[in-house]
Parts: sequence; structure tokens; C-alpha cells
Amino acid sequence: MLKKISNNQFTGTEEKKQKLFKVIEKYKYQPGATMPILQEAQEIYGYLPLEVQTIIAEKLNIPLEEIFGVSTFYSQFSLVPKGKYNISVCLGTACYVKGSGEILKKVSALLGIGAEECTKDGLFSLTACRCVGACGLAPVMTVNDDVYGRLKPEDIEGILNKYKDREN
Amino acid sequence: MYRSTVLVCGGTGCTSSGSQQLIDVLNEEIKKHGIQKEVNVIKTGCFGLCELGPIMIVYPEGSFYSRVDVKNIPEIVIEHLINGNVVTKFLYKDTVKEDSIISLNETPFYKKQMRVALKNCGVISPECIDEYIAMDGYFALAKVLSEMQPEDVIKVIKDSGLRGRGGGGFPTGVKWSLAAANKSDQKFVCCNADEGDPGAFMDRSILEGDPHVVLEAMAIAGYAIGASRGFIYVRAEYPVAVRRLKIAIKQAYDYGLLGGNIFSSGFDFDIEIRLGAGAFVCGEETALMMSIEGKRGEPRPRPPYPAVKGLFGKPTILNNVETYANVPQIILNGANWFNSIGTEKSKGTKVFALGGKIRRTGLVEVPMGTTLREIVEEIGGGIPNGKKFKAAQTGGPSGGCIPAKYLDIEMDYDNLLEIGSMMGSGGLIVMDESTCMVDIAKFFLEFTVDESCGKCTPCRVGTKRLLEMLTDITEGKADMQELEKMENLCHYIKENSLCGLGQTAPNPVLSTSQYFRDEYVEHIKEHKCRAGVCKAMLRYTILEDKCKGCSACSRICPVGAISGTVKNPFKIDWDKCIRCGACLNTCKFKAIIRE
Repeated sequence: MLKKISNNQFTGTEEKKQKLFKVIEKYKYQPGATMPILQEAQEIYGYLPLEVQTIIAEKLNIPLEEIFGVSTFYSQFSLVPKGKYNISVCLGTACYVKGSGEILKKVSALLGIGAEECTKDGLFSLTACRCVGACGLAPVMTVNDDVYGRLKPEDIEGILNKYKDREN
Repeated sequence: MYRSTVLVCGGTGCTSSGSQQLIDVLNEEIKKHGIQKEVNVIKTGCFGLCELGPIMIVYPEGSFYSRVDVKNIPEIVIEHLINGNVVTKFLYKDTVKEDSIISLNETPFYKKQMRVALKNCGVISPECIDEYIAMDGYFALAKVLSEMQPEDVIKVIKDSGLRGRGGGGFPTGVKWSLAAANKSDQKFVCCNADEGDPGAFMDRSILEGDPHVVLEAMAIAGYAIGASRGFIYVRAEYPVAVRRLKIAIKQAYDYGLLGGNIFSSGFDFDIEIRLGAGAFVCGEETALMMSIEGKRGEPRPRPPYPAVKGLFGKPTILNNVETYANVPQIILNGANWFNSIGTEKSKGTKVFALGGKIRRTGLVEVPMGTTLREIVEEIGGGIPNGKKFKAAQTGGPSGGCIPAKYLDIEMDYDNLLEIGSMMGSGGLIVMDESTCMVDIAKFFLEFTVDESCGKCTPCRVGTKRLLEMLTDITEGKADMQELEKMENLCHYIKENSLCGLGQTAPNPVLSTSQYFRDEYVEHIKEHKCRAGVCKAMLRYTILEDKCKGCSACSRICPVGAISGTVKNPFKIDWDKCIRCGACLNTCKFKAIIRE
């Protein structure tokens, strides 16, 4: 999969950096440490900026290319920041035959962003994901941890407004 | 001792339908009435009938309440839990037959099912090891460690005829014996819980509903092959499963069922969890091991097989969650019990995730050899909205589409392979007339193009070219020659790809072009999509004799493609039309048709 890479200015704090060091220390000597470290680093920063990958590479004494190779390989790792509310529209087979393609289009049209993008105000980001495992409720989308099932395109606006209203 | 027990499904489907809120309200109400010492509320794993979530069952009566609305809870608590009257109007309607209530196992959805791998799902609390033990949990491990030699264990598994439930169907016992035969200072037992096949969620349900069964089976496998360490590679997208696994592992250590010197037998076994990060190719065994090692999950050529050289270069076995879920019961009930179920070459049961255009979606477990018709029509309740069955897709992106003429096929590994599909992990998506088979093939190819790891050229470049050809067909830009070229390319990719992903990627295309060839030809020659899915081929037309000239369509059209004067028939400008279908949905007189 082709990954989008962020042009945003890196804004890491010293506190986050210290947390990252702790994570690296925890896994450093365990075989196969790269993945758990990247996963926890993404929890700290919300995504994996190159600056963070550089720190991990230096601390593990692994070439940055290798870290970059891993972070771009797996779809869970994001090289762009996520919005405050990350919307994932399920494009698994069960959801797809029940029309989740239309759901994705609707969200994309309403927010004015494509998949793997983030709105300018940083509020929403959009992902097309593979199977949430709630196939009985297809089509499904999630907004952070909230799951919405049995969706119709006309439901989307109301759902988005719910989150927009929280901000006002 | 409680007089009543309420089981509420805490699987992903029901949780998404609000089962946690249901539990909270239920507990509140129970407390309000002061009966918390009499009634016990337990959150279980998946019952299987996800369509009807949230679900709760009240025992001892076995009353099955479906699509439970939180606002009805107070009534259920007062009427049922206090006054002892089952609230029939909220029950699952299939359990109510002319005033009498029938057992859940007699309803069409459950009647033909046989639960082996899902035995405890929806029955016990997955966060309580005692409940698992009460269901004979860890008895198989005890039996293995106290009465059996490793080679006896392998013999039982071999004799049972158990085959891998993750896709390929390789005999599990053979796999174990290969790893057991290799001498090494360290061996590994791995569990593939990276359920990447879209539309399949049985592994998740087992992990969420009965996590200990996987731990027990892995320990048994460890004893059989001489391994002392195990890894569970689980999707990070399954947070509930991960959390319950972690709880289960901790409890098993506390009880001495994992760790050093289990059952004072001298056998040590440790299990660690590793999170996957969303790569479909990691379902391939060598790719999965690369990923555990912290690298890009790219497969490598075999041999050497993992049984010789696997994780960290040591002999390793890898089985999938559902495979493991069968192991303890095979040990307890014997190989003969297991191989009496199923067909000649496929023994036992198989769990299918039933989804798509079908009345009852959910998780079903049936003996191998059950026909597709029984699953779709009897268990699944057929196709809703008066539509007709068109195809069933099995095996996910590696499988194929089974047309109506094979509805009576007995579902097992070999029969499915023979008709160009495969068992895969057990996703079973039903499609009706409104599904375009060319579009479905394209959908799966988009998936494989995305998920191809890029290591070998036939898969990396081949699938991409294949997708371009399919796109041309759906956009009306292809000729018949291209169809032929496309099929040749399919065979080339199958024969030359490095791993299972590439070798099976063309299956959706081949099976649809074989069984639904007329649809491909229609797209190419007539520029027509009979399901009305391929937008480039759609034409909206206003029927002059039916149009009342109300102008509703021209007002809703987002691009101003419809014009006319009021009270006279309107017209659509096809050059401007973006085929959104808004006009069709607006017209009250059915004067607009799509072809």
C-alpha cells in the first residue's frame, strides 16, 4: 500500500520523548522489539513522524531504512496525524455488498477529504478499514471507539454533526 | 447460589449494538429492586446470532430476548426476574410458537448446528477461568501431561483427521509430527489470530468468548512437539479479544496452568501475545513469523518449512485459532468421536461467518458436508426483500463465488476446491441479484493489490494489471480479447507467485468469469450492468407516459441534468448526468427507470 507521508511540522514535547525512551528501554533486549515499540510510539504521538522513527532507529542501532520499511508495510501504522475523531468506514466484503462504498463516499463528500486524510481543523480523519468483525451489523463505521451499524448514507450527516456539536 | 442467571452477549456485534449499556441498566434495575443476591448477570462471548443483537438469555428458563431495547429492561426485570413471567413479546420470535416457547436449539438458526469449536462461546464468562474449568477446561491438558507420551498426542490428532481451519486445510497431526521429529534446543508453538480475511470473524469470537481453549491447546501442542514457548499473533484491531486473552493468560499463570512445571509434570510452557499491525499477507505462515521477529511481513520461499526452520530459525508450528479450539475436545473424546463427524476427507465441524444479503447473519458451526443450501436457506433464513440468491462467496480474497447451481454442494475442503473456490477461514458472504459479479471481482482485486507485499513480481505487477483490466470492463472500455488476456494472466499469476496470497488472488476473477461469464460479456459487448452497480454503464430514463411533470426530479438533481416544463414530461441529459440516482429515489410516480 502506498503511504501518505506528513509535511506537518513535528511537534513533539520533551515529556513524550521521555515516554518513548521508556518504551524503547522496556523492549530493547527482547527479540523482535521493533513492532511493539512502533505500536506504543504511535500511541504516544498519534502517528509515526520521521523524527520519532529516527529516535527509535538510533536507540535500537538499526538503520532507519529498516524501521521505515516496517512502518510503511503495515496498515495500522500512520505517517500522517489523525484527527481528533478518526472515522473508519469498513470495506470488508459483508459491508461492501451491503453498500459501505456509498457510506465512504458520503463521509468523504461531507468532510471534503479522501481516505487517509485529515480535515484542516484537525477534527476528523478518514480511513477505509478492513473488516471490524461486526459483519452482522453491516454496513459499519466507527468513530474512535463508537461503532455505528446498519447504516444508510442519509444517517451520516447526523452522526458527524453529533461530534461537531461537541466542539461548539 | 443464584436463582436466576442472565447471560448477555459481549461479543463485538452485540457490543456494537449496545450490550454494555444493557448490562449497566440491568444491574442498576436489579439493585434497585434489591435482588442482586438472587440474580446474576454474566457477560459472555458471542451467541452467533449477531443480527439480533443485543441478545440476552435468562436461565433457568432459557428465555432468549433479542434486539433488547434498554428502555424495556425495567419491565423485563419486574415481570420476569421478580414475578417470574417470561415477557413473550420481547422474545426472539422464532422461539415463540403459538403461545408456547420452544428451546433455542429447536429454532431454525440453531437446529442444524453442532458446536465443537464454539462449545463455550455464549455459555461461560470468558473472563473467569473457573467457568472454563467447570466446562472440563484444562482437563485435556491434565490428561495429556499425566497419561500420554508426546507421540500418543500426535497420533490422536493425526487419527482424528483434523485439518487446519485457517485456509489451506493441511492435516494438523502431520504438521505436529514434522516439528516433533526435528531436534532443537528451542521450538515454538504459534497461534495465528491475525484474522485478515474480510467477512470472517470466528477467530475473534472464539478469542472473545473462550480464550482459555486456545491457551490449553497451545500447551498441548507444546508438549507434543517439545516446545516450551508460544506466541499468539493477534490483530491489533481486535481490542476486546486482546484484553480477554491477557486476562486469560494471567489467570492461567495464577492457577499454575501455564509457566513452570505444569501439573507437577516437569513440563514448562509460556505464552506471549504479539500484536499484528494490519497486513493481510501475515496470514501466510512465513510472513507471520517475519512479523513476530519485528520485520516486514514478507513471505519467504519454502522449503525449509517452519517445522524445520521457523520463528527465529527454530522448528515452529503455526495453527489457527479455530484449529486449536478443536484440540482439547479431541483429546477428551477421542479421535474416533471426531472423525465420525464430517465427510470422508474433512472431519469435524466448520464455523462459518454468515453475512451479506441474508436474513440471519451471524456465526454458525455445522458438521463438514452440510450443504450450502442448508446453510443459506434453513439456517440463514434465505434472502430478504424477495430477492433471489445469486452467489455465495467463500474463502475471502483467495476464494471464489459459488453460483446457484452448486447450492447442493456438500461444503468441505475438497469439494470447494473442485469448483474453484476454497474453504479459507470460513467467511460466507451471500449475494443477490443486486450484486454485480464483475464489480465483486474488482473489489477483491483492489484488496489484493493493496495487500500484496511487493516481494515477487507476478503478484505485485500481475494483480495490478488484472485490476486495470477489470476496471476497463466495468467502465465499458474493454473488448472480448481483453477478457481472454485477463484469464491468461490469472493463470500466470497463480502458477508463478511466491506465496498463497498471489497464488490464490486470481480466484475471485476466475470463478466469476467462469460461472457468470454472461455478465462479463454483457459489460463488454452491450455496456450493460444488470445489477445496476457499475456506474459508467447506468442510464436513467424518464418514461414519458408515467411522468406527471411535477419537477421534483429536476429540483433534486445536483448537476441540473433534468429539464422540462411543469406538467409536461421531463428529460434527462445523459452527458450531464452523474448517475447518482437521486431522481430515481425522489420520483413518486415510478416514472424514472435505471438500466
